Amino acid sequence: MPSYDTHNYDVLVIGAGGAGLRAAIEASAAGVSVGLICKSLLGKAHTVMAEGGIAAALANVDERDNWKVHFADTMRGGQYLNNWRMAELHAKEAPDRVKELEAWGALFDRTKDGLILQRNFGGHKYPRLAHVGDRTGLEMIRTLQDHGIHLGIEVHMECTITSLLMGGDRVTGAFGYEREKGRFKIFKSNAIVLATGGVGRAYKITSNSWEYTGDGMSLAYHAGAELIDMEFLQFHPTGMIWPPSVQGILVTEGVRGEGGILLNKNGERFMFSDIPELYRNQTADNEEEGWRYTQGDRNARRPPELLTRDHVARCIVRQIKEGKGSPHNGVFLDISWIKNKIPHAAEHIKKKLPSMYHQFKKLADIDITMEPMEVGPTTHYMMGGIRVDADTQMSTIPGLFAAGECAAGLHGSNRLGGNSLSDLLVFGKRAGEYAAKFSKENKGGHLNEEEIASAAKNALEPFERNEGESPFQIQYDLQEMMQELVGIVRHEEELWRAVEHLKMLHDRAARVKIVGNREYNPGWHTALDLQHLLTISAAITIAAIERKESRGAHFREDYPQKDEQSGKFNLVIKKNADGEMKLRREPIKEVRTDLQQIIEEMK
Amino acid sequence: MAIATFQILRGDASNTRVESYSIEVSEGMVVLDAVHAIQATQANDLAVRWNCKAGKCGSCSAEINGMPKLMCMTRLSDLPLDKPVLLQPMKAFPLIKDLVTDVSWNFAVKKKIKKFKPRKPDNPDGTWRMAQEDIDRVQEFRKCIECFLCQDVCHVLREHQLHDQFIGPRYLVYTAALEMHPLDVEDRLEDLKKEDGIGYCNITKCCTKVCPEDITITDNAIIPLKERVVDRFYDPLKKLFRIFRFKK
Repeated sequence: MPSYDTHNYDVLVIGAGGAGLRAAIEASAAGVSVGLICKSLLGKAHTVMAEGGIAAALANVDERDNWKVHFADTMRGGQYLNNWRMAELHAKEAPDRVKELEAWGALFDRTKDGLILQRNFGGHKYPRLAHVGDRTGLEMIRTLQDHGIHLGIEVHMECTITSLLMGGDRVTGAFGYEREKGRFKIFKSNAIVLATGGVGRAYKITSNSWEYTGDGMSLAYHAGAELIDMEFLQFHPTGMIWPPSVQGILVTEGVRGEGGILLNKNGERFMFSDIPELYRNQTADNEEEGWRYTQGDRNARRPPELLTRDHVARCIVRQIKEGKGSPHNGVFLDISWIKNKIPHAAEHIKKKLPSMYHQFKKLADIDITMEPMEVGPTTHYMMGGIRVDADTQMSTIPGLFAAGECAAGLHGSNRLGGNSLSDLLVFGKRAGEYAAKFSKENKGGHLNEEEIASAAKNALEPFERNEGESPFQIQYDLQEMMQELVGIVRHEEELWRAVEHLKMLHDRAARVKIVGNREYNPGWHTALDLQHLLTISAAITIAAIERKESRGAHFREDYPQKDEQSGKFNLVIKKNADGEMKLRREPIKEVRTDLQQIIEEMK
Repeated sequence: MAIATFQILRGDASNTRVESYSIEVSEGMVVLDAVHAIQATQANDLAVRWNCKAGKCGSCSAEINGMPKLMCMTRLSDLPLDKPVLLQPMKAFPLIKDLVTDVSWNFAVKKKIKKFKPRKPDNPDGTWRMAQEDIDRVQEFRKCIECFLCQDVCHVLREHQLHDQFIGPRYLVYTAALEMHPLDVEDRLEDLKKEDGIGYCNITKCCTKVCPEDITITDNAIIPLKERVVDRFYDPLKKLFRIFRFKK
């Protein structure tokens, strides 16, 4: 067997966004050696794109806030399919994780008293999001990065993992390549944390970058771990739609948090006409009250634009279907109207939403202080993912941990804005802590030579053909198909058609051709990423077929109502002994009495 | 639909050439879209870095018709398309392949700068109070997306290749953000003067001009740092005082 560049770590963290960095920091603090794998350069992961803020019940702006309210908001947002223990830990620990960032140098916007300022966001009862203008993600990833580089963590930039290596029934290493030369690398480790983010690249219209091809979920699945809640994929209601080249780029919910309103082509504020029962008591029934809420009136209820993302996205789709959309098949999002309400509105908007101002001005020739934006839903976030233990974040495979978007449970059927950055911090830390502990207690994992040889063979296989299709074309076709058949509004018949398409795409992917050599070759990388994309797209599709109801982000045209029985289980996906994808229903564990009481009280 | 031609530098450090590609231009297209279209249909192995495609991650830095820019924020409608658009990698760093350069030096430089060291917490719960006015200027520096375009355009690095003696505008901004952080108590002035080579900057402001985040690098970060260094090391009264104290 050829000898590959081999590294040994007590803990290997795959993925260097918020969750991966936080995990690496925590593992390192526990005194173990840590390797950190980045698919891109350090500091470029998708966390950098997060705009709105980090949800944490600091109660700096409204003292009525506390972990219980945050917990209840998160459960309601997820329509009670959430792992309630994760929701509890998240709500309790998020404030400390935010304060810790400040101790590491983060500079959040301030209240008049000099505390961390918090803003309103969809589904959060009180202003809860610690933020820095609309570039909170950049602040967070840079703080973690700049703190982490002094802790002795070994960073492998532009390195992609293609398989996990198993020693018996536990994970013992990972196999991958570095982009620059295309050489293989082996990482031997007794504990691995997956923090690879989501799978937005399976869709045509997405806010996600090239990296988000479901790697971690697919690696875990093929290693035998369970996936859960795969039918729940979040479409963010407001992505850019015009010009075509910017389609999908995120427009932060912060625009609505600062008073932005949604209008159809007739100038109607359509969100008032559809307020779900679960939120009726918390939602303003007139425009004046909604405005007062965004301006900090504690007695006002939130405007319907700040309902949960699943609902807002569906309302937008409905407007478009009814022919009330904007010229480029979206709706209007208007923040400029606040000039009727406050003096110096243009300066205020530029101060609160600087990167939105910049983005529209530069890419769409739109001055958001003067005119409305055109927006439409964009594939944004995967609620589903690797099934983990709430406290330790260990998957169903010993030694394999997962945190952040690639893990599942916290968000149930729909994630609240701001709950992702806090998720990364809270569960990144826990994953790092418990991975370090596991590694200390379970030494002596071994690697299997055959497995390594087969991983190498698989990775090089596309180079063996002289003829075949471009991997980019297959990826495009997959994205078109998923967008069309497994999108925001789903139907059984279309989902089965998607299954057929996936089979064909799978066959085509097995016949891709690579141009050029192994050095920094995006064609080759896309061919390898395709395997993950296809696996996870299949998981999304079969889970979407099985859930015959509409709940959270999963909307079935043929089953448009919520079904009480379906609210009692999660869907779990696992590869069986024959290599087939199997799905089963797993009853939700009864909520602990004290937590159930909180949910009831806050209803 | 209009056709645009791109001349892209291809190859690795040992062997480069310029290749021409033509594509159809659609409304609103940016340079990165054109590169992706070429990659998908004409050159699958064309190497390019990118992530967010919205000017927030700083990955797709390159030289467009000789100007250091982010490819994702440069619209084709702002370029003269009657002649070919020239795309080259950043010149201040070693070429890896095509539009991708080896920027690892930047990461190594950052590691050598003394890290953030906060004063003791103001409150028993381990937190601090800071006024917005006191953090405004540091927040400007923290907008940096680490695209390294300022490093690319800086003549000390680009022309004179003094990478071992000068940290470049990016890390002067980074140091300024630490030095002016209201909680930070570390002292980096001696490093700035010696290892960091702040004296090499002769304030031509090229870095400020290319910054895609509009950070006023020279005026707000570098000049105040230079003043602090001068105050510490070159103030005649203080110098006299130091000599006096030394003799005693």
